[in-house]
Amino acid sequence: MYWNSFSDFLHMGGYGLYVWGSFGMTALVMLLEPWLTLRRQRAIRRRLTRQLAAALREKAEAANAEEAA
Amino acid sequence: MTQFTHLYKFAAPAAFYPLAGRLVPWFWGLTALFGGIGLWLGLAVAPTDFQQGEGYRIIFVHVGASWMSMFIYVVMAFWAAIGLAFNTRLSGMMTAALAPTGALFTFLSLWTGALWGKPMWGAWWVWDARLTSELILLFLYIGFIALTRAIDDPRRADRAGAVLALVGVVNIPIIYFSVKWWSTLHQGASVSLAKSPSMATIMLWGMLFCALAMWMYAIAVSLIRVRGIILERERHTDWVKALLLKPEKS
Repeated sequence: MYWNSFSDFLHMGGYGLYVWGSFGMTALVMLLEPWLTLRRQRAIRRRLTRQLAAALREKAEAANAEEAA
Repeated sequence: MTQFTHLYKFAAPAAFYPLAGRLVPWFWGLTALFGGIGLWLGLAVAPTDFQQGEGYRIIFVHVGASWMSMFIYVVMAFWAAIGLAFNTRLSGMMTAALAPTGALFTFLSLWTGALWGKPMWGAWWVWDARLTSELILLFLYIGFIALTRAIDDPRRADRAGAVLALVGVVNIPIIYFSVKWWSTLHQGASVSLAKSPSMATIMLWGMLFCALAMWMYAIAVSLIRVRGIILERERHTDWVKALLLKPEKS
């Protein structure tokens, strides 16, 4: 292990702001992007399922109405 | 030939959708594995740089993000060419799925570059060839996304986007060779095929593993995104209808 202490590690020889600003933004993007993408993918699936169910219901009701008439 | 027909089978969205779903966890696993090794080498093992002190450690995120920003664009251009040549449905979906991830890596490249430039050059930004051409890459990604979303018919959007992706790919060699062709503040390549790398072995390995982790990440997140695009675009097909009526799993 290269570092003497944890505060040494955070300090980064005076470059802490720059190094952690870089790693922090990278981590933020690489956590947020998959989360948002997965959420969106699931939302698409739920919406399409809802739309399909509504369309099938409509079709069934139309068929029923025709039978009754 | 049989191998080709086998591969061709997965070019159909109906076959690719479940395959992509099965692949995603594996690519997350590889991301964690390579990222763990890369961060450990880069932050815990690699010694300080004799010129740049600890500030050089930005390299472990900067180089991977920059490589991916260029590589994803080349992959997009590849799918764009396939789509224009063979009129395959999946290629346009792949191009569309890759663009946001490419744009984000380009942003990360510029962001980490600015945070590296400030302490080393004394400026967040300079209008030099490397930085300017990378900024143009970000505009190309944003332009691609805006253009394809502005066109309602997906097949037409694919074709327009494909032309933009192919024209814009000329920018990639310009970014890559900019440090050679023009005198710039940006340092030369850390890794080249022609000569041995200009950096310590342990730093090089840390950088390579971090870049590899970003590569696996890009595949995982693009596969998730392309699954959403496939469902959306194929919603009128029988296979998607059957899938939607099944309980949420695959």
